Amino acid sequence: MKFSFASVLSNALGGNAAWPAQWRSPEPKASYDAVIVGAGGHGLATAYYMAKERGLTNVAVIEKGWLGGGNTGRNTTIIRSNYLWEESEAIYEHAMGLWQELSTELNYNVMYSARGVMMLAHDRHDVETFKRHVHANRLAGIDNEWISAGEAKAFCPPLDVSPTLRFPVVGAALQRCGGVARHDAVAWGYARAASAMGVDIVQNCAVTGIRRDPSGAVAGVETSKGFIGAKKVGVVAAGHTSTVMAMAGVRMPLESYPLQALVSEPVKPFMPCVVMSNKIHAYMSQSDKGELVIGAGTDAYTSYSQRGALHISEHTLEAICELFPAVRRLRMLRNWGGIVDVTPDRSPIIGRTPVAGLFVNCGWGTGGFKATPGSGHVFAHTLATGEPHPIAAPFSLDRFRTGRLIDEAAAAAVAH
Amino acid sequence: MTAGRSFRLASGGLVARDAPLRFSFDGADYEGLAGDTLASALLANGVRLAGRSFKYHRPRGIVAAGSEEPNALVELGAVGRREPDTRATTAELFDGLSARSQNRWPSLRFDAMAVNSLFAPLLGAGFYYKTFMWPASFWERLYEPLIRRAAGLGRIAEARDPDRYETVHDHCDVLVVGAGPAGIAAALAAARAGAKTILVEEDFVAGGRLVADRREIDGVGGAEFARAAQAELAGLPNARVLVRTALFGAYDHGEYGAVERVTDHLADPPPFAVRQRLRRIFAKRCIVAAGAIERPLPFGDNDRPGVMLAGAVRAYLNRYAVTPGTRAVVFADNDDAARTLADLALAGVEVAAHVDPRPGAAARLTAASGVATRAIEGVVTRALGRLAVTGAASVDAAGAAWRVDCDLIAVSGGWTPSAHLTTHLGGKPAWREDIGAFAPGALPPGMAVAGAAAGDFGLADALTGGWAAGARAAQDLGFAPPPPREPKVDPDAPARASTLRVHPGARGKVFVDLQNDVTTGDVALARREGFRRPEHLKRYTTLGMATDQGKTSGPLGLAELAALEGREVSDLAPTTWRPPFTPVAIGALAGAHVGPDLQPTRLPPAHAVAVEMGAVFVPAGPWLRAQYYPQGAESGWLEAADAEVRAVRAAAGVCDVSTLGKFEVAGADAAAFLDFAFANPVGALAPGRVRYGLLLRDDGMAMDDGTVARLAPHRFVVTSSSVGGPAAHLHFDFQRQARKPDLDVRIENVTSQWAQFSVAGPRARDAIARVLDPAFDVSDAAFPYLAAGEARLAGGEPARLFRLSYSGERAYEIATPAQWGAGLFRALVAACEELGGRAYGLEALNVMRIEKGHVAGSEIDGRTTPRDLGLDKFVAKKKDFVGRAMLSRPTLLDPARPSLVGLRSVEPDARIVAGAHLLAEGAPFDARHDLGHVTTFGHSPTLGRWIALALVKDGAARIGTRLRAVEPLRGHDALCEVVAPAQFDPEGSRLHG
Repeated sequence: MKFSFASVLSNALGGNAAWPAQWRSPEPKASYDAVIVGAGGHGLATAYYMAKERGLTNVAVIEKGWLGGGNTGRNTTIIRSNYLWEESEAIYEHAMGLWQELSTELNYNVMYSARGVMMLAHDRHDVETFKRHVHANRLAGIDNEWISAGEAKAFCPPLDVSPTLRFPVVGAALQRCGGVARHDAVAWGYARAASAMGVDIVQNCAVTGIRRDPSGAVAGVETSKGFIGAKKVGVVAAGHTSTVMAMAGVRMPLESYPLQALVSEPVKPFMPCVVMSNKIHAYMSQSDKGELVIGAGTDAYTSYSQRGALHISEHTLEAICELFPAVRRLRMLRNWGGIVDVTPDRSPIIGRTPVAGLFVNCGWGTGGFKATPGSGHVFAHTLATGEPHPIAAPFSLDRFRTGRLIDEAAAAAVAH
Repeated sequence: MTAGRSFRLASGGLVARDAPLRFSFDGADYEGLAGDTLASALLANGVRLAGRSFKYHRPRGIVAAGSEEPNALVELGAVGRREPDTRATTAELFDGLSARSQNRWPSLRFDAMAVNSLFAPLLGAGFYYKTFMWPASFWERLYEPLIRRAAGLGRIAEARDPDRYETVHDHCDVLVVGAGPAGIAAALAAARAGAKTILVEEDFVAGGRLVADRREIDGVGGAEFARAAQAELAGLPNARVLVRTALFGAYDHGEYGAVERVTDHLADPPPFAVRQRLRRIFAKRCIVAAGAIERPLPFGDNDRPGVMLAGAVRAYLNRYAVTPGTRAVVFADNDDAARTLADLALAGVEVAAHVDPRPGAAARLTAASGVATRAIEGVVTRALGRLAVTGAASVDAAGAAWRVDCDLIAVSGGWTPSAHLTTHLGGKPAWREDIGAFAPGALPPGMAVAGAAAGDFGLADALTGGWAAGARAAQDLGFAPPPPREPKVDPDAPARASTLRVHPGARGKVFVDLQNDVTTGDVALARREGFRRPEHLKRYTTLGMATDQGKTSGPLGLAELAALEGREVSDLAPTTWRPPFTPVAIGALAGAHVGPDLQPTRLPPAHAVAVEMGAVFVPAGPWLRAQYYPQGAESGWLEAADAEVRAVRAAAGVCDVSTLGKFEVAGADAAAFLDFAFANPVGALAPGRVRYGLLLRDDGMAMDDGTVARLAPHRFVVTSSSVGGPAAHLHFDFQRQARKPDLDVRIENVTSQWAQFSVAGPRARDAIARVLDPAFDVSDAAFPYLAAGEARLAGGEPARLFRLSYSGERAYEIATPAQWGAGLFRALVAACEELGGRAYGLEALNVMRIEKGHVAGSEIDGRTTPRDLGLDKFVAKKKDFVGRAMLSRPTLLDPARPSLVGLRSVEPDARIVAGAHLLAEGAPFDARHDLGHVTTFGHSPTLGRWIALALVKDGAARIGTRLRAVEPLRGHDALCEVVAPAQFDPEGSRLHG
C-alpha cells in the first residue's frame, strides 16, 4: 500500500487495521539469478536498485539475523561527502545525490535531515589539512566551506569555542548539505520497496558455505535453510565479510574491530547540526527523538564481539564534555558496539573477486552508513553486468596488489 | 483532591520523623522526612500526578519505588546543575530540594499538548515513516523542527556544570552486586572466608526487598538484619559496602563499571567534594544479586496516576510509612498478592477488591491473608479517572462487569529476574517455565547469580543461594569456605511465579511502554506491518527504548507479541540489554579529564627558560613548543623567524628538540632488530656513529623518520619525530612482540628522561665547546660529521652528543638527563648569543628544513612512499625490513605519482600557502587540472622569497617549470618556480663549514 496523505488518513479512520506487512517473509526458493548475503542497508539497497534499474527481481537477500540488525542499526547516522580523494568524493557524492530524494524514491520517510556537518579544527595541522580538503572539494564541485571559530559557534550555539580550552576550536570545515537520517528507516524503506518488486528477503538464514561448480565458479550458497542456487553471489556482510568470503577460499584484506556508539536520555532540542572532532574523537548530533547520539572510537584490538571497552567510551565523553560543557549532567542511556570491517587504506572494496560469480561490497569501516544509497546503486550495476560501475572501479580488491590505494585515513579523516 | 493532607503513617518505616525536610515541586512547598525519596515524599503529601508522557502528554503518576520507574521523571537543579529526566523514585530527598515536572505546557495539571491524544490514530507506531514527505522540502523546514520541539523530555543544563567528578579503580576478589538478602549473604560468605569483597548497592539503604517487605530472619526484622550485616562488613578489613553505587555495566576481563552518587543527596555538599565518582571495578569473581523487577499487567488506561506496582505499594507502606492511596484494588496473577493485601490492611488502607484471573486464586489468597475484601476471579479491564484513578472496571470469569471505586490499583504480573548484567558480554537470557520468566542464561567467565536475579524468589532460597555463591567464589580463589549457615526465616511460598501471559479483557488504550507511549495497538500494528521480531518491534514502536530501557515494558511487550503471534513467550528472544543498567551522568564517565586536564600538556624540561625569554608557544601534538623568540622590536612571527634563520646561517642558534621521541634499544640482537624495523641499513652502523633512520608501515608507506645512534655494540639510541613518538613506540613494541619475539632486545621509551637541543650554524662547534667538559675533544678530527658519543657537560653532568644537521649547517644535537635540561639550555643560549646567534623556534626550524628539502609530518602523511619523498636512496636493497614486500607494488613505482619538489615564488612577496593546489599556468581551477598540493611553506630570508615543499604529479619532470599555487579561500594565487627540494646549499658544503 502506497504511503500517502490519503492512505494515512483513511487507515487512521479505520483503526489502522488494514496496513499490510511492509515486506514479505518468504521461504527461499531453490535458486535465484542472484543472491545477496547480508540484509543491511547496503545489501537491501543493492537488491532495490537491481530490481528498479536493471529489472532483476529474481533476487534473494539472505540474512543471518534480522534485517537492518547489523551496522545499519548501530551507527551514528552521519551523512557527508567532503572526502579528500577524487575516488572517494565520487562515490560519497553519488550517495549524497541519492539521499536528497530517497524518501520520495522509496515512498518511505527516511528523515534525511541536511542540518550540516561541522568538522572542528583544533590546531595548525588540522587547519592546513581541512583547508586542503576544502580546496579539493571545491575543485570537484563538492559543498564544503571553511568557517572561523566564531562562525562555528554561531552555527552551533552550545559549542564551546573559548580559546582557553585544552584543544581550542580554531575553525571548522562545514558541509551544509551533510546531516543525518533515520538509520532503521533506510533498511526498512529499501526492504519494503525491493520486496514489493519481487525481491525475496529471507531472514534467520545464515550462510554456512559457498558452493562452487567444477570450473570454480559460484553455484550457490549453503544456508541454515538449505542450499540456494545462484550464479551470482554478492557478499555485503560488513564486519563478518571475511568469514563469509573465507567459505569461498578468499582471504580478504580486512580487519574487524568493535566500534562503539551511545545515546543520552532524550532532551528538548539542544544542538542543530552534526559536530565532529577527529582530533579529540568526538562525534555528536541530536536525534529527532531528542537523544544526543555520540560516536566513540574503535577498540585497539580486533574482535567480533559487538561490544567495546569502557575506557573507549569514557575517552569520547571527555571530549564531548570539553566541547559541550552543558552535557555533563545529562545521562548516557545506552551504549553499544558494532563490528566494522577495516581495509588497509580505510576505503571500501566494491567489485569482483578471484572467484567467478562471487562479488563483494565491504570495507566501509566506520563510515558506511552515509554511502548506503550510492554503495547499493553501484554494486547493483556490478552484480547485474559483472563489470564494475565506473565510480566503483577504483575500489577494486585488486588495488591492494597493485598499490593503487585510496587512503582517506592517513591525515585527518580517521573517522568517516 | 488529596494534596494538603498527610498520607504518612503514624509509625514505622525507615524515615527519620525528627528530621523534616522542606522541598518543592512545581513551585509548591512540601515537607518530607530524611530517608524519603522525592517520590515517597510526594506521595506522603498526596501528590500523585508527577509527569506527562512523551507523545500523548497523558497525566502520569508514580509506578515503582526504584530505578525501574518509567513515569515519574522530573527536572532537578538549575542553570549549570539542571538535571533533566531524573527519576523521583531514586532521588534522595534533602532539605531545599526543588523539582519541576517536564514536557508540559502551561502546567502539569493542564497540559495543552494533551490534544495529541485526539490524533492518536494518526500518531500510531511508525507514523512518521509514512508521512511528512509531501512536499519533500517541508521535512526539514517544517515537519522535523515541529517533531523535534515536541520530542525530548527534559531540558539540558544551561551552562557548564560547576561540579567535579572523578574516576577511581577498585580491585577485589569478589564483587557482589545488590545488597538485598542474596547479596548480603554472598558478601558475608566471601568476606568471612577472607576474600577481598566489595558489595555495591544502587539504593541509599542496604536491604533490597528486606526493607520493602515485612520479613524476619533469625528473629529480627529484615531491615535490622540488613543493618547488622552492613555493620559487620564495614568492620571487616577486607570488605567494603558501597551504597548509592549503581553497577551499570559488565565489561571484558572482569571489569565492571559503577557510579557512586557522592553528594547528590546533600543539601550543602562540602566544598571540593566530588558530585559523583566513576568506579572501574576489576573483580576476579562477580555475584549478581540484583533482584527481580515486577511486571505490570495490561488493561485499559493502565497509565493513570494511582496504578502502581504491588511491590512498590508495599515499599511505600513499609519503608517510607506512606500510603499511596486510601482505597485500593489489588490486581495480580500471582500469589505474592497475599502480602500486598496484608500490608495494605495493616496500614489501614481499605482493600476494595482483589482481582486475579487464575481459577480460585482470588478467593484462596484473600482468605489466607485474612483481609476482608471482595475477591473477583477475573481481570481489571480499565482504570477510571483522568488525573488520578477513581475506580477500576473489572469483569469476572462469569462475564459480569464490576465497577469498584478506588484511588489505588496495585498490580503485579509476576517478577522477572534482573538479568541485565549477565547479558552485557553477549549472554542470552533463558526462559524458565517454573517461574514464568526469562532468567540469566549462560554466564560470562567469573560471574554467578544469586537470589531473585537467579530466579530464586523465596527469602530462604535467596539467603542460602547467596551464601553458597559467596562461599563458592571465595573457594574458587583459594580461600577456605566459611561454615554453611541455615537462616531461620518466616515461611514464604514461591509466591512470585507467574505465567507472563496476556489476560484477555482489556478495554481502551492499553499501555505497554509507559514512557514512550507504546500501546497494545501499536504492537499489533507493528506486527501487522511485518515487525514481528522483538528487535524490530522495539525499533519500530520504540518499545523498551525509553530511559528505563524497558525494565517493566520489555516482558509486557514480549507477552503481547506472543499473544498476537499465537506463540509461547518462550519462543521469543528478549531484546538485548545494553550498558548502562541505569543511566549514568556523562560527566561521571568523563571524570576529572575536563578543561586543561582533558589530556596532559607536555612541556619540555627547559620550558620555563623559554617562558622567561618571552617565547611564543604553539601546540604540537600533546606538546607545547616555542614557535619563536621575539626580540626587541620584532613585531611578529615573520620578523622573528627571519632573524632567527639569519642568526643560524650566520653564527649559531639553539633549538629545543627535547620533544623528539627517544628510545633506548639494547640487547645482543639490538642491531638485528633495528635493521628489521628501519628501512635503511642501520644495523651496520659502527659504534660511535649516528645516521638517519626511515620507518615504513607494513604497506610500504613512509611512517616516520628520525635518527639511530650506536653508543656501544649492543646499545643504541633512536629518535623519532615529536608528534610521531607514541606511534613509533607502539610500532617498535609491536614488531618486537609480534614479529621478532625471539630477538634479545629491549626497548625503553626515554622521551621524557632526556632534554635535547640542536645547536646549528657556522659557530656551532664553538657554542658546543663552551658547555662541554673542556677535556672533550670536539675537533672535526675527533668528532666528525655523523659522530655520536657520550660526554660530560662543563659541570660534570652526563651528556650525549650527536653530530647531526637538520638545518643544513654545521650542527650538533646534545642531550642531557631532564633535570639538567633547563641549565644546559640557558648555557647554550648564552653561548650562542655571545657568538652573535640566538635561540630559534619551530618556525625557523621549519623554514630551514624547507630550504634544505627535508621532509616532516606534512609530507610523511601516510600516503607517500620513500620514492615519492626522494628517500629511496636510503631504502636497503638486500635486507628484510617492515614494509619491504608491499613497497614493490607496481603503482608505488609509477613515475607519475606525486613526488616531492621545492617551490619558490616568482614575485618575492607572493605568498605560497600550505594546502594550496597546483595548476599549470592558465589552467582552470577544477579537479581534472589539479597537479598536486603545497605541503608546507615559509618565508626564506636566505633566498629572499616565499618557499614551499609540494607533492606534484611527475614532480621531477617539472623542475624548472612554473606552476600556480591557488588557495581559493583567501584568494591566494602565487606563480612559483618548481625547483629541486634542496633549494639552499644543495651540495651540503655548509655541514662542515
